[in-house]
Amino acid sequence: MTTKSLKFPQAFPRPKSATGIWSWIGTVDHKRIGTMYGIVSFIWFLVGGLEALLMRAQLASAENDLIGPEAFNQLFTMHGTTMVFLVIMPLSAAFFNWLIPLQIGARDVAFPRLNALSFWIFLFGSILINFSWVTGDAPNGGWFGYAPNSGTTFNPGLGMTYWVVGLNVLGVASIAAGLNFIVTILNMRAPGMDMFKIPIFTWMTLITSVLIVLAMPVLAVAGIQLMTDRVYGTHFFNSLGGGDPVMWQHIFWLFGHPEVYILILPAMGIVSEVLPTFARKPLFGYPFVVFAGAVIAFMGWFVWSHHMFTVGLGPAANTAFSISTMLIAVPTGVKIFNWLGTLWGGNIRLNTPMLFSISFIAMFTIGGLSGVMHASPPTDAQQQDTYFIVAHFHYVLVGGALLGIFSGIYFWWPKFTGYFLNEKLGIANWALMMIGFNLQFAPMHWLGMDGMPRRIYTYAENMGWEGSNLAASIGGLILGIGILVFIFNVFYSKMNKVMAGDDPWDGRTLEWATSSPPPVHDFDVIPQVQYRDDFWFKKYPETISEYYHDDHDQAVPSGAQLDDEVEEALPVVSGGSDDHGHGAIHLPDMSYYPFILSVGIAILGAGFITNTYVVGAGVPFILWGLLGWSMEPVNDPE
Amino acid sequence: MTQAAATEHHEPVENTSTGLNSRKLMMWAFLGSDVMFFGAFIATYLVYRGKSLVGPYPSEILDIPLTSVSTFVLLMSSLAMVLGLHYVKEGQKNKGTIWILVVVVLGAIFMGFQFYEFREFAHEGLTPRTNIFGTTFFILTGIHGAHVTIGVAWMAFMAYGSHTGALRKDNALDLEIAGLYWHFVDIVWIVIFTVIYLISATDGPPPGVGPTILH
Ligand code: HEM
Ligand SMILES: [Cu+2]
Repeated sequence: MTTKSLKFPQAFPRPKSATGIWSWIGTVDHKRIGTMYGIVSFIWFLVGGLEALLMRAQLASAENDLIGPEAFNQLFTMHGTTMVFLVIMPLSAAFFNWLIPLQIGARDVAFPRLNALSFWIFLFGSILINFSWVTGDAPNGGWFGYAPNSGTTFNPGLGMTYWVVGLNVLGVASIAAGLNFIVTILNMRAPGMDMFKIPIFTWMTLITSVLIVLAMPVLAVAGIQLMTDRVYGTHFFNSLGGGDPVMWQHIFWLFGHPEVYILILPAMGIVSEVLPTFARKPLFGYPFVVFAGAVIAFMGWFVWSHHMFTVGLGPAANTAFSISTMLIAVPTGVKIFNWLGTLWGGNIRLNTPMLFSISFIAMFTIGGLSGVMHASPPTDAQQQDTYFIVAHFHYVLVGGALLGIFSGIYFWWPKFTGYFLNEKLGIANWALMMIGFNLQFAPMHWLGMDGMPRRIYTYAENMGWEGSNLAASIGGLILGIGILVFIFNVFYSKMNKVMAGDDPWDGRTLEWATSSPPPVHDFDVIPQVQYRDDFWFKKYPETISEYYHDDHDQAVPSGAQLDDEVEEALPVVSGGSDDHGHGAIHLPDMSYYPFILSVGIAILGAGFITNTYVVGAGVPFILWGLLGWSMEPVNDPE
Repeated sequence: MTQAAATEHHEPVENTSTGLNSRKLMMWAFLGSDVMFFGAFIATYLVYRGKSLVGPYPSEILDIPLTSVSTFVLLMSSLAMVLGLHYVKEGQKNKGTIWILVVVVLGAIFMGFQFYEFREFAHEGLTPRTNIFGTTFFILTGIHGAHVTIGVAWMAFMAYGSHTGALRKDNALDLEIAGLYWHFVDIVWIVIFTVIYLISATDGPPPGVGPTILH
């Protein structure tokens, strides 16, 4: 080729080696990035869990003085923020990264360098927000940072500035990742895999990514407004200057409710993969699960004021939001019936992933039911800001999202590593988590009904709350021990490897078609797809007729027009053809620019917290990263 | 693929599931995201309209004719953008470069107007801290200005590329994607201009409060 392209002077040679620290800093491999997401967010999970245990220790007895009110405020703020933004979201991102290319039969995501950028920004953002602990001035305004409490009048320290800037940095990472997965899923599917043949986890990832891309900017707006209020003295939420603190609640929850679906939809996707595999039946009503997910994602935008029933928006607003909230429970309920229908009549195996998934259904249903209870404004007036709400969202987030994620960890661990997690330890892990979780959070239902407010650092002796609180604290400890068993399991299984093979669970989707762990290039030959659950039907062609007849049975894994498709799809694509049109498999080269750009963004963020000159110090890194990146070819010419 | 083969098709067929280029698809998705970003700021502006407790109020300070001129300038930059893309796609290097440069210049003029406006307002006593109008006005138009600044830098980069021959008809898609962004920022300004300058131009002090600037 004679054509010219712009060149940017390289400060370091482009990383090439497959091992060592630079191979991680420069990596653009979705599997490595997924691993890094998983490890980092698991570490934050331990931090967030420790924060929770400290709170439970303080609340174990009445009028306890282990932890003072200020530290307690910091603990619940950072616990909530950590678990939502640094644990559940990035753990889901770990699964997106690992699985999406494998499930759709691709060699990587659409934008591998952007993918690396998302991870590095997430890493630095999470460190930034937690750095506030080191300064002794951790955020203390709650995970929803209500104004005016989060403004400088009531909160003069730097804590909430760390919080708001940290969230904005994390938001950039999430949006970049969301865009990447939208394009990847739409554009990188294996030949023959139309949208209604993609695995259900991939569908839930797509819906989640759309929600992320649309909801995170709303959080960014709230964050920028609070930040300028705090740092530059604007009046967005300052009533003395004409602003209105309630506006914060509107903007935050306009983001916040879609956010709770961002947290749960990936777990729903995981469960919808695990149940069919261990019931040895296709997912019951696949199109319903897809559409229910899409409807939830749409309706999620019209329910935000159910968090504000006691603010005084008036009967008209409360009624409207009450109705929309009750309606959104319908598609949620649809999915529960889909899962039950999948189990019905199945040939069920109760391995650890399945135990977690079945528990997910039960626990999530309890949380959904308490949600419908406070969808009614008069009922909510009793429950708002009490432990009942704490019980609700822990049933959906721990009983839902986290159990789903653990199910996914046990399910795909053999694919990620090549060996199983130990089954006995897994069952102990599951049992301890379930006992601890229910002991911790079930009592909060009646504590809340009895009027115990959330976010108080202690309570009086004669309230009759001691027994339930002690039980909850013991439950927290048991849950914590369950997590320790999981960590032990990870190391134990690594040292006593039980090799898994490529397809240990008799799986249904394409990730099981490649080796465990997959090669760098994922697939030696890009698979050619004919059916939904293609891998399964290729393994068991005799079952095809069972599911593909010409009536429109719900459980039919593919459309009714199958017959013509079989014929046209038969010629198999020759090995290793890819975008570059060469015979060999081409993977994107490594790059250190994502890392440099993310360093710049982190410095920029730190500058908003500390000093404008520091903002300036971030700019050169950003320019270096951007220019270098835009002039760097995806692949160096050979 | 040879150069000749590439030039035969105007739109190269993409090797993707949807047939759309991935980067272009991503730009559309990003613009959807940016709609929510601007939407939330514009909604904030509208909710807070007429809520200032002290002046200067919009009717006292907004200079509609001046901003109409800068709006016109920005609109014209979109026209230049269309022409620039057209000539790059045609392979007319010099014309392409010139029209992209026109985009850069018009964008920079728009930024100049905004800088001038901000300074004037500050002289007349309106800053982001003065009242809620100042807060919402400066942050919304400032965020838009930041988008324009990024666009101008991007277009300057494109103009340079076109000049050196790094941007050609076979990779005109790079410019097309930058153009999507540029047109979007332009459209957002039309909304902002309508909402701030046209709709609230007559917003004065709340009843019972006198004017604050005596010209
Ligand atoms: C059946 C569907 C659901 C309904 C009807 C529902 C309803 C509600 C309502 C009305 C509130 C506000 C209660 C109050 O503050 O007084 C609430 C709070 C909450 N919900 Fe749900 N919910 C549902 C599902 C979920 C799911 C799936 C999640 C997350 C995965 C979730 C997470 C939360 C969280 C985190 C809060 C508390 C926010 C806070 O105040 O800190 N909910 N829910
Ligand atoms: Cu909600």
